[in-house]
Parts: sequence; C-alpha cells; structure tokens
Amino acid sequence: MSSLFNKDTQAIFWNNNSSAIQRMLDYDYTIGREKPSVAAIVAPTSASKFEKFFWGGEEVMIPLFKTTKEAKEAFKNADVLLNFASFRTAYDVTAEALAIGGFKTIMITAEGIPERLARTMNEQARELGVTVIGPATVGAIAPGAFKIANIGGTISNIINSKLHRAGSCGLVTRSGGLFNELSNIIAINADGIAEGVAIGGDRFVGSVFIDNLLRMQDNPQVKYMLLLGEVGGTEEYKVIEAVKSGKITKPIIAWCIGTIAKYYDSGVQFGHAGASANAERETAEAKNKAMKEAGIYVPDSFNNLPDTIAEVYTRLKKEGVIQEIEEPKINEIPKTRRNKNFVCTISDDRGEEATYCGYPISSVATPDTGFTIGDIMSILWFKKRYPRWAVDFLETVLKTVADHGPAVSGAHNAKVTARAGKDVISSLIAGLLTIGPRFGGAIDGAAKYFKHAHFHDMTPAEFLAYMKREGVPIPGIGHRIKSVRNPDLRVKGLKDLAKATFPATPLLDYALTVEELTTSKKDNLILNVDGTIGILMVDMWRALGYSEEEIDIFIDAGALNAFFILGRSIGFIGHILDEKRLGMPMYRHPWDDILYDVHLAEDMKV
Amino acid sequence: MAQKAIREYDAKTILVNHWEKYFPEFTYSYETALVKSGDELKKLSKTNDWLSSKPLVAKPDMLFGKRGKNNLVLFRDSKPGDVSLQKAASWIDEKAGAKQKVYFDFDGDTPKGEPKEDFLTHFIVEPFTPHSQEEEYYISATCVGEDDVLYMSAEGGMEVEENWDKVVEVVFPINATEEEITAKIQANIPQDVAAKDKEAFAKFAIGFFKAYQELNFAYLEINPFVMQGEKIELLDMVAKLDDTAGFLMKSQWGDVEYPVAFGMEEKSPEVLAIEEADSKSGASLKLTVLKPDARIWTMVAGGGASVVYADTIADFAGIEDLANYGEYSGGPTTDETAFYAETIFDLMTRKKDPQGRDKVLIIGGAIANFTDVAKTFTGIILAFEKYAKKMKEVGVRIYVRRGGPNYEKGLADIKEAADRLGLYIEVYGPETHVTDIVRMALEK
Repeated sequence: MSSLFNKDTQAIFWNNNSSAIQRMLDYDYTIGREKPSVAAIVAPTSASKFEKFFWGGEEVMIPLFKTTKEAKEAFKNADVLLNFASFRTAYDVTAEALAIGGFKTIMITAEGIPERLARTMNEQARELGVTVIGPATVGAIAPGAFKIANIGGTISNIINSKLHRAGSCGLVTRSGGLFNELSNIIAINADGIAEGVAIGGDRFVGSVFIDNLLRMQDNPQVKYMLLLGEVGGTEEYKVIEAVKSGKITKPIIAWCIGTIAKYYDSGVQFGHAGASANAERETAEAKNKAMKEAGIYVPDSFNNLPDTIAEVYTRLKKEGVIQEIEEPKINEIPKTRRNKNFVCTISDDRGEEATYCGYPISSVATPDTGFTIGDIMSILWFKKRYPRWAVDFLETVLKTVADHGPAVSGAHNAKVTARAGKDVISSLIAGLLTIGPRFGGAIDGAAKYFKHAHFHDMTPAEFLAYMKREGVPIPGIGHRIKSVRNPDLRVKGLKDLAKATFPATPLLDYALTVEELTTSKKDNLILNVDGTIGILMVDMWRALGYSEEEIDIFIDAGALNAFFILGRSIGFIGHILDEKRLGMPMYRHPWDDILYDVHLAEDMKV
Repeated sequence: MAQKAIREYDAKTILVNHWEKYFPEFTYSYETALVKSGDELKKLSKTNDWLSSKPLVAKPDMLFGKRGKNNLVLFRDSKPGDVSLQKAASWIDEKAGAKQKVYFDFDGDTPKGEPKEDFLTHFIVEPFTPHSQEEEYYISATCVGEDDVLYMSAEGGMEVEENWDKVVEVVFPINATEEEITAKIQANIPQDVAAKDKEAFAKFAIGFFKAYQELNFAYLEINPFVMQGEKIELLDMVAKLDDTAGFLMKSQWGDVEYPVAFGMEEKSPEVLAIEEADSKSGASLKLTVLKPDARIWTMVAGGGASVVYADTIADFAGIEDLANYGEYSGGPTTDETAFYAETIFDLMTRKKDPQGRDKVLIIGGAIANFTDVAKTFTGIILAFEKYAKKMKEVGVRIYVRRGGPNYEKGLADIKEAADRLGLYIEVYGPETHVTDIVRMALEK
C-alpha cells in the first residue's frame, strides 16, 4: 500500500457535512472520477434516507445511514472513514469503526479530543494497521484520485494549484491552512504534488511525519518530498534518522515554522497545541539546523522556500527523474445549478422509449416477454424482479382480494355513488375511501403484530396477553361466519400455495400455532384472509432476503394495504360498470331503516 | 492549549474527592485553606478549628515552585513548627502588601537568571506536620513522547532535582493493562524506600498513577508526601490538567480555576474582549499584544500562517518591531472580523512611531480552505471606515495578501475601500508568495 488513495477509493462520511461533501463530489466530477468519492453518509439523527448532491450539473443521491455499521455493511468497499464528529464524540466514532473493521484510513477532523483518548485511539489504530490522519486536520489528497472534504479549497484554487492531477512532490505539513499555500507554491515553482497530508495540529496525532514520508518513499509517483514542520516536538528527528540510515533516499525539502518562538518564553503560544517547545532540541531553529546537517534541503527562511523548491525540481527534471506531465482534460462544472424538486427512482420517460426500472416498456409488455402483471408490480413497487414463486403469490393475492360482493362498505359506497350519476373515477374513489383500519386494514396490522411477536420469540399465550395489554383485538384473527369447521377456502388456497412454493413459511407456521390457541377459546377465531395475506407477505420478503428493518419500512409505508387497494379496485370497477349497465336510479335510504331520535336542543328551550 | 496548570489547593481537592477510590488503605486529613489575606484566614478559623489549634505552614499558591528557596514558605516564627494563626495572617498580609521577587531557577541555593516581580495574591495554609526525613517521599507522573512515565523516589523534598539520579522512572505505553501497571510498579519501588514501607509505597503509587490517568491530569507531582503508616500528608503538590477532557470531567474536577501564572502580565481589556468573542464563536479569534508601541501590526488568517508571518517579520525587521501576534480563522462572520480588526486598529493608532516612521499593517493569510475571503474582508472594510481618520493621522501603510474562496472580490473590495478612504494599500493574491509582503513592506 504505497499510495494512500486511488481513483476508486470511496469513503463513508460521518456527519452530514453537506458543503464539504459537495466539494468532494465537485472534485470527483472535475477530475473525471467514475463514482463519487463518498459512498455513504452516517447521520445518526437524520430521518432522511438519502441526501442529494450535484454531480456536475446533474444531481445524485448519497444514501444516509444511522450507524457506521449499517453504512459499512451496505458499502463494504468503502475503506476510508471521514470522521467529522465533534471533539466529544470523535473518539467513540473512531473506536467503533476500528471494531467494525475494514477501514484502511480514518481521518479525524475534531480539534481538542482529550489527550488520553487521542493516544488510545492512535495506538489502537496503529496496532490494527489503520492509518489515522488527524485529529485536528483538514485532511489529505491524492491529486487526480481522491480528496478529503475541504482540503485544497475551491475548485478554481485546486486547478490553479494543480491539485486536480498528480505531480511529483510528496507534501506533509502539520498546518492545514499552510497546506493549501504550499500546494500553490509547489505548483508555481514545480509541477504540483503526487500526494499530500496535513497530519493535524493537536499534540497527539495518528500518523506522524515519518509514517507519511516512509509511505511516500515507496510510492513511485513521488519523486521528492516537502516537509513543513513546526516548533515543538521531536518528530522531525525521526525523519533525520530515516535519512541518515538510508530508509529515505528521495530528496526532502524541509522547513520548521516558529523560529520566532525562541524570543519569547512559554507564555506566548505560537501556532498549534502541538507546537510548544519544551527544550532547545524542540525549537524550530535547532530542528532546521539538524535537518540541514543531515542533507535535507533547508532554505534560509520560509520566505526563501520557493527558491529551494524550484532548485530541487529543476535538478530532478534535468536528471530525468521527473518527466513532463501531460495536462489532463478537466470536466467543467456548470456555473448555475438548480436543485430538483422531485426525485424518481423507478421509471424514466426521457429516452427513446419509457422504461420501468431500466426495462423499456415494450420489453415487458407482451406475453412473449415472459413478464406478467406480477413482474411489473415487483419492479415498479419494489425495484427488483422477484422470482416466479413470489410473482405467482402476488398475483394470487390480487385475484383473491379482487371482490367480496356488493354488501361490503367499499362496494356499497361505489354503487351508491354510481347511482348518484357520478363517473367511474368518482365512484371508485368513493369506494376506496372506505379502505382503512376496519375495512381491509387488517393486512397491515396482522403483518405488523405477528412479525413483532415472532421476532421477539413470544409464545402464542404471551402474544395474546401482549395484545390484551395493548388493548387491540389481534388483527387477522376472527371471521363473521367462517370457523374451524367451516373453513375459509381462500385462506386454504393461499396456505397451500405458500407451502408448495415458498422456500420457508416461518411466520405462517407461527400464526397457525396462535390460531390453535385462539380457536380453542372460540371456534370462529380463525386466521382470516387478511391475516394470511399479511403474514405470507412477510414470509415472502424474508425469503427474498430483506432485512427486518426493510420489511418494517414496507409495512409502515402501507405496501400491504396497497395490494388490497389494487386488487379490490378491480371489483369496485366491476360494481360501478354493473350499475351503469343496469341504469339504476338514484338511491335514497328508506326512513324506516333509520332510528330517528332527535330532541329540541337544550339551549333552545328558553 | 490543552495542558493547564492548577493551584496546589485545587489539586489536593480533586484528589481528596476521589480518595476512597484510589487510596482506600490510606487516610489524608485534607486540612488545607486557600486565602487571599490574613483577614480571610482568620475568618476561616471560625469554622476550621485546626487553624487555631495547630501550628501552621503558609506559602503562596500561584503555580510556581521553589518557594522554599525563594524564602516564601512560612514554617517558623522563632523555631520550626511554632507558627500561630496570628503570625500566619500577618505574614500573608506582609507578603501580599508589596511586589515580591521570585526566581524560577537555582544553582544549589543561589538564584539563577532574572526574577519576576509581581504581587502575591493567593496563599495556601496547612498544619505543620512534624516528620522525619525518612518519611518524605517523591512521586510524579506525566506523559513523555507517546508514553506515561511514573517517577518515584525515597528522597523527597527540596533537593529532589539535585538527587535526580535516585529517582526511579517507570514507563507505561498507553495500552498498558491494569495488571501490567500494578506489576511494573511493584517491581520498581525505589531501593531506598524503608523495607517496612515498601508495600504501602507500592499501593500508594499504584493509586496515584491510576488517579493521574483516570482524572486526566497532564502532570501530577507530590513533593514530598509523608507516609506514617496509613496516614498520608501531601506537603506540596504541582498539577496540570488536560483541559480538553473538561467535558468528561465536569463532576470529577468540580469548580477548578486556571490562574494566570505569577509575573505574567495581566491581560489587557482588548485581549480579554477578543478572548470572550472567541469563546462565543465557532470560529477562532486569538490575540496577544507583544509590544504595544511597536511599528508592525499583523492581522493574519490561520494558525500556521500567523506563525510564518511572525517568523518572517522577525527575520526582516527583528522582534522589536513586532507589536502583536494572533490569528483569525475557521470562517468568522463579518461582524466578528470587524470587531477583531477594530481592536487591532485601535491599539495601533494610539501613538505615533517615536522615530516618525509609518506603521505597517500586514493583513495576511494563506489560501483559505473554506473561509469566504470577501465576507471576512467586508468586516475589515467596516473597521477601515471607522478608523481611517486615526490611521491617516498616525501614518499606516497596509499590505494585503490572501487567497481562497471569493478572494478576487475580497481583494478588489478592500483595495477600493482603502483608495476611497485615502489609505495607503498594496494588495496581492495567491500568485505572490505568502510572506513576501513583509519583505515589500520593509524594503520600502
């Protein structure tokens, strides 16, 4: 692993810092990355499932997760964690990520993490071979491949400082503010940088100068290095040792800032928390002198640093170590971009032919395509093509719930509306409006409660007691007429189909044990058709590999009721057309069927 | 800055609040009082019997050591251990009444270097504890490089530095387990510790090291402590806290104060105002006034950049000409920047240069990552408008160098404003080396 990042590197961004993420995506687009450098965002308190970002002039969605664990499970290849948590939580976020594993690099931006926690965190990462950048840093960049958050600043500055493509300098600084400045100086006086890291300003940072310089020594793209050190600490001496022992052979240019500190006692803090010098050895002057003696290129002052860079670069170029760089094409980001108000993830009518989740309509419409209406439902409702057994089940549900005679409330409403002379759509809506908790809604309820009980391993008796405490009759249990001795054949049909074709039916099996208990109390407390549908839907989704959370989202979104709505619309339309055909007159309910019990209002008895 | 020194009194208070946890085998009387005057001490004696019933020791509690060598420890009136409440109170008033000279470095008993002179304001008063030299021990802990180090010695007291070769150093990596720590301390008890005390010493040292770790001390020293069986007296303590852990340690540390060190100049109202603005802002505003009458003033964005500007001014002009050090960063608002700029302009226009030269104002900065340059410069322009007249009276030349988001507009705006107000200004962007304006300003 000689380079920190490449063009395929993807990160999980902890905290929805949308402006920093947008800058990453703008960079990605500019340099022509295929995929956004941010795969997912962890936002523990956000209720959204994704956040929109610009990708050039278009918009893309980056998924949001509540935990690092979920994000990492969904994006196993994202091996960089950008920890933008505050100093209060940054340690916990890092520790969790180290425990989850699979991260090669963790960048921590918070400044002022308690020192003992920072030391523990850095040590744990070191033991696990994870590179920590920071804390208290603006990050790192591999020009032309991957850039962390705000490093490099605006796109125009990035291009001016040649941070959009790899040059030949390896840059390591402590300061984040001066990182940009040095990139600029290197772009003006040489050919830009190949990789750059701002290690961070706190006293205890994860990867130190030597870690980064040793990696750059092994990175063939890096031809020479620039180290910007600071007064305080002894990290520069490790670099001197590596140069002396021959571990680092590439030329290094270096300068320690804070030469002024020698004039003042410890009362004045120059620069970062890591920058207070406790001993002569730690002064900027001593370190600059020692580096020079070790053969490192050290200018006379910071102001002369550009000349030193130009000198080293020109020499390496003359020697043929550095070749001329062909400037790559830059994708320009449009000046004005507009946020989209709507998002669509299931169909697209912009091309030659409209598509359902990428399938042109003609490729799924006719019988020879092998697609049935159940296939189209699975694609448009769940964005997946379900296997045959599941599609068969969906269609069986639709057929089973299509109608239940004219007397049920929805059909009755539809008929009354049609007889009032209203059109098909008004009559259908009048019928559909009755669908809810009392009519058809038991499908949702059954799925929800049985799933909950099963998930928590409740025995049937416990489940009954639980529902009693909730004060809810068990949805999906009980029928007006049907009983154990007079079974509902629709239920039998669904059960038989599931038993014959589903890979497994754990929730149905559980529901049947509940039914055993309820019917022992009262004969008609059977698992009814609503209950059976709801429960088998859960079994179907489980068998299709959905997580419990995903299934909960379907239930909460009302997807189960949707089957009833769609199926029963077939029946309602039938009733409406029936009325139209029969030409029945306006319906008026007979007086003798209404109990009138009207009294003079109290306050009118003067 | 993460590591902050606290008073001896506070250090003892923190330890005593966790005494049972770390030192269950030992007792400590915690007879200690922090006062500012003799009167206050007398008042305290009404609720603290020991102040009138026991002979006392009094010394300043103001973050400096070597109080004995500076002759600032009162433990004798006519003979050791005879200091009465009355005597302690009058001694405190006497020492607090006039500026005192304090030396920080000694060669044996001879002071070395320049003393600092200031008023003594805080005194710690405790009972005089008769004990033998053999009962005095030294212990301290701090972080060196990446590791924690525990220092222990049987030779406690004033001469511990002279006897540093007798101090045992035990190094612990950050991931050392409790068992490893215990075993390592037990195996390294200084040879000179009396045989009968060795086990107790180890217990105390283990508790001490744990307290140092868990209470987030950056430095903790007791020199000396006296061990008489299970009775411990903490005769002298020095402590620093890692103040970044403050949010974790609210209840453990209690109401702890971070005093200004003795002899450090009191902060000016301007500096205090900037500190207050800084504490209320998500951005960073820092200001230190070095030489209020000096000629070169800086208003630099960014911590790193502020250092290189200071370095470069020292290189080109010497430090006598550098008036201030500071930085603003992290995307301050227009108002915050205006306030910061006004504070600097106010300070720099109070007097003319004694040699009649122009003053120089360096508005510097590297290429910003995300700070909107035009927005912060709008704040500086507001301050220009307020102080243009004074700046012209004193004679100020302004040099600007900055890059980053929206810098073209920022530079154009500031140039336009200065020209309109009749101020001398030169403006440069990222094409000019960051500190080169210092050279330009001083060569003119």
